[in-house]
Amino acid sequence: MEFAELIKTPRVDGVVLHRPFMPTVEGTLCLTGHHLILSSRQDTTEELWLLHANIDSTEKRFVGSLGTIIVKCKDLRVIQLDIPGMEECLNIASSIEALSTLDSVSLMYPFFYRPLFEVIEDGWQSFVPEESFKDLESMTDEWRLSEVNKDFSLCPSYPSLLTVPKDIDDESLCKAASFRHGGRFPVLSYYHKKNAMVMMRAAQPLTGTNGRRCKEDEKLINATLCAGKRGYIIDTRTIAVAQQAKARGGGFEQEANYPQWRRIHKAIERSNVLQDSLIKLVEACNDQSHSMDRWLSKLEASNWQSNVKEILTTACLAAQCIDREGASVLVHGTEGTDSTLQVTSLAQIILDPACRTIRGFEALIEREWLQAGHPFQQRCAQSAYSNGKPRSEAPVFLLFLDCVWQILRQFPCSFQFNENLLIMLFEHAYASQFGTFLGNCVAERGKLQLSQKTVSLWSWVNRPQELERFLNPLYEPNNLVIWPSVAPQSLLLWEGVFLRWNRSTKCLDEAYQEMVHIIEYNKELQNKVNSLRRQLAQLETEDKMVADLK
Amino acid sequence: MWKIYLDTFKNCNMCFPPQVEQVKLLDRFSNKSVIGTLHLTATHLIFVESNSTSAQEIWILHHHIASVEKLSLTTSGCPLLIQCRNFRLVHFVIPRERDCHDIYSSLLRLLRPVSYDELYAFSYNPKQNDQQREEGWQLIDLAAEFERMGVPCDQWQLTDVNREYKVCETYPRDLYVPITASKPIIVGSSKFRSKGRFPVLTYFYQEKKAAVCRCSQPLSGFSARCLEDEHMLQAISKSNHNSRYIYVMDTRPKLNALANRAAGKGYENEDNYSNIRFQFVGIENIHVMRGSLQKLLEVVGTRSLSMTDYLVGLENSGWLRHIKAIMDAAIFLAKAVTVEGASVLVHCSDGWDRTAQVCALGSLLMDPYYRTIKGFMVLIEKDWISFGHKFADRCDQLDPDPKEVSPIFTQFLECVWQLTEQFPQAFEFSEWFLIQIHEHVHSCQFGNFLGNSQRQREVLQLKERTYSLWAHLLSEKQNYLNPVYSPSFAESHPVLEPSTQACHFKFWRNMYHQYDRSMHPRQSILKQVLTFKESNRELEGTVQALKTKLQKFGVSTSPLKPQTPPRDRSLPLRPQSLILGAPLLSRKEVQQEEDEEVFGEEAREDAPASTDGERTVEGSSATENGYGELTGSFGSKNEPAVVTLEFGVARMTC
Repeated sequence: MEFAELIKTPRVDGVVLHRPFMPTVEGTLCLTGHHLILSSRQDTTEELWLLHANIDSTEKRFVGSLGTIIVKCKDLRVIQLDIPGMEECLNIASSIEALSTLDSVSLMYPFFYRPLFEVIEDGWQSFVPEESFKDLESMTDEWRLSEVNKDFSLCPSYPSLLTVPKDIDDESLCKAASFRHGGRFPVLSYYHKKNAMVMMRAAQPLTGTNGRRCKEDEKLINATLCAGKRGYIIDTRTIAVAQQAKARGGGFEQEANYPQWRRIHKAIERSNVLQDSLIKLVEACNDQSHSMDRWLSKLEASNWQSNVKEILTTACLAAQCIDREGASVLVHGTEGTDSTLQVTSLAQIILDPACRTIRGFEALIEREWLQAGHPFQQRCAQSAYSNGKPRSEAPVFLLFLDCVWQILRQFPCSFQFNENLLIMLFEHAYASQFGTFLGNCVAERGKLQLSQKTVSLWSWVNRPQELERFLNPLYEPNNLVIWPSVAPQSLLLWEGVFLRWNRSTKCLDEAYQEMVHIIEYNKELQNKVNSLRRQLAQLETEDKMVADLK
Repeated sequence: MWKIYLDTFKNCNMCFPPQVEQVKLLDRFSNKSVIGTLHLTATHLIFVESNSTSAQEIWILHHHIASVEKLSLTTSGCPLLIQCRNFRLVHFVIPRERDCHDIYSSLLRLLRPVSYDELYAFSYNPKQNDQQREEGWQLIDLAAEFERMGVPCDQWQLTDVNREYKVCETYPRDLYVPITASKPIIVGSSKFRSKGRFPVLTYFYQEKKAAVCRCSQPLSGFSARCLEDEHMLQAISKSNHNSRYIYVMDTRPKLNALANRAAGKGYENEDNYSNIRFQFVGIENIHVMRGSLQKLLEVVGTRSLSMTDYLVGLENSGWLRHIKAIMDAAIFLAKAVTVEGASVLVHCSDGWDRTAQVCALGSLLMDPYYRTIKGFMVLIEKDWISFGHKFADRCDQLDPDPKEVSPIFTQFLECVWQLTEQFPQAFEFSEWFLIQIHEHVHSCQFGNFLGNSQRQREVLQLKERTYSLWAHLLSEKQNYLNPVYSPSFAESHPVLEPSTQACHFKFWRNMYHQYDRSMHPRQSILKQVLTFKESNRELEGTVQALKTKLQKFGVSTSPLKPQTPPRDRSLPLRPQSLILGAPLLSRKEVQQEEDEEVFGEEAREDAPASTDGERTVEGSSATENGYGELTGSFGSKNEPAVVTLEFGVARMTC
């Protein structure tokens, strides 16, 4: 298919662009296969380059022959284009509509994007399971890397290499897989070096209404317990939801069959509910009315902050079980690809200082989200302005980022990265020139040949020039477990994402810059003092030598 | 330190034994508790933790106690609930009921002083001589402040009509009025205004010669009018050639103003006054505000509060709505003056609550001077203290009438805080300055806020018998500095134009939860950046010293660059607000100030043997946060008892 077929009018002159808190720009609007471009042809004003993939929905209005298209983006920005001429406007609108809803992944921009920078380190090779297993091996010999899912037939959403207890053979794994939703049998998620406790994740067991059991599954998770120790199973669903799941063949671990485990149910919402929550939140944030009561009631009704609190609380609970109680933990919900991953990844940020570095955080996302089979493509197909019936869209990853931001706010000196990295990841998960977030699992990515045909996000982020933007100037490595407060008073609305386009950030940006400046000046002074001291010491020695000679 | 107090205690005849042991202090939001000894002195209630390794101390000034409640007896003892005006809430369990009752009744007597002489300010002695005290009181000079504004000038003059407090006893002696307002006009106008509070100048916007004036409501009833009062407003109007009209802002909701007419009061009839633009603003009265804060505190004081209950409670309390109403009014005032160049007359009922809020906040928006530490003191001294905001009544200092108590001044401080969040570089001070002022408005430790009017303060001879808070705050100025304050910001933004969108108003956690440590960020950006700034100053000194030494060796060194130029790459997106966490207090200071109120109870998680206390994670623990119930088969381990002594929120100086 040629993009040209979809572009009815490639360019229109005299288009006026309105963006909140920015001056209007008049210029020429161009449509290409992947971008909407508005250029004023003046050096002083900024051009607009918008990926079609970033467009969530559009609206058009006409006043006389002047048409207006309102473009609502997945990064939550809303822009307005005034287009002279009704026909042009209609053409542009339908072209945008068609280009922003392309079904085929292989037509996406990452397959066409050629980087203007030299790829020094190929991000596709930066985080391979073998490497993280090497780290594990250096700490314990209780685990092995299994190739049982080599052809993705046992579990389509798992990667080909999985870390499992050493004593469990592949045959048992196959049986355990048949007992878990989508074949997602329990695998290692995190090894807590301090006390050798582990966190595993899986999907729900397929107990069904007649209470099926699976010896291999029991054996598999019991293999992670030390003698005489017990563990916790954290089910991210309420007991009621878990009970209901039995009717559809799912269920939860029966105490009788798992006597060494204690089950705790939490109440993290399912994805369709979360999508609704996001839509309502963004609507509340964009509400131009200045009524306080209206804002607070809309914020409350969106339930977004409640979701943040629940996810964070569950992650803290998992971390508490491991670090404070000295127990191993198994986390699952229904499919094990959404709430499960939110919990396991956040728990690691709390427990493991390595995850609070840029590199470690990237590795965490690679391990616990991309490799673990979070269906990014489905979940991020639409954002807060989707008006159709949601299919499988859900802000699962965005909620995770929000929770990370909450922890970052409470421990502003414990992270190597700043808020910018989180916002950048949000943007790229929804629309990107890089292939990292395409596809729904490792198997799909392999079929799409992403590593050959697209550039990895990490190849770009990890360039020193880019990294600088994401560095937290206040960072001081700290090896402690960081326990965030989950009181509602301690959890804030993530303004950097949700109010980003609704306010001028100039004052805040400048203040941040001043803070960076103070810290940099400090480093400079330290260096100066050191060099002066050296110089002085040298002179004094020379002086002494001269004196001695005399 | 408490021993000193025990000495003073001997002098008062108290039936209560000054010490009760084995008292349990319960944490407000978790199941944790500590055991300690309770001491009662003439001025403080002190709790000293028994555990010798951590030994936290809590000092509660009697004046800070808003209420003491004895709850019904439990198996472990008799619970005593103490609620403080600085939003601290302590819950003791005293083993013997008899002791509990003794403390209870002693506290009831102590926290309700009957005469001003019993207030702490009259016994507080910071070991300064009379001269130092006098200098403290001379720090703020309101005549100099009016001079700074450009008054007196060709249109405004100082009047001596109230020299003896004869025209209005709640106003200060020195008042500024239009040149054309003669004494008979002033006196006539004052008779037509509630409590005699006639229109006077409070702020002069030199650039446009526009005036901000304040007064109380007119005694207009349904039809009464007063020619002198009409002349007075005309005189104000005529003194400004930039505008043909003046705004009259009635800061009350229209309904309240209407209701006042039945009592012979009311608001200006536009037909009787030439060239006025009358405007209601709709800020609620003191009773609504009191109820609102009470609701807010109830909500945020709930244990295991859900997000829904929190947000619904925040909305139902109406607190942020009221804050926004005050801010909206101040913005209206600032716009009228700076954009239209019009003079504005502000009033409410008596002109000492809402009027003070709006005039002070409006001036702060217009004039960068009020955003400095000194300027902010001047602003409070002018619009609040001198113009007779009834601090004694509103803050319940003496002779309590619960109907008079209201958090009007707290709301003003909160509005300023909301502004610091929107304009992090505009203020010389950080939120700890605001919180500290709030602390002392209620502490009755300094003379500034005692009494209801200037006249009363003179009668009390406060300047001779007490110390000024401002001198005290200035002496520890470095604790209250905003590290990212930029004086050049004031040049580029002389007038602040805050957003009034509802989503930009936030709950002020650091005020209302200032003693609830578990709620706060565990690392403070503010503290960290202040440390860097302090270090920069020291390093600059070191560089100079080293250079001098080097010069002795005949080495010439390049002069130190004052600051690196800002990098020209585009600004990154900012992380959230910079104003967070605990104030800067070096360990040294903590040790020096033994009377520090310490609430550092938490263990540093698995802290490596590090002396770098300030840079590590301040206590955070899993159990404290209550993520979930992990009872059952696993016994919870105790938290290691290591304590950081650096969380001094409210500092008492004795």
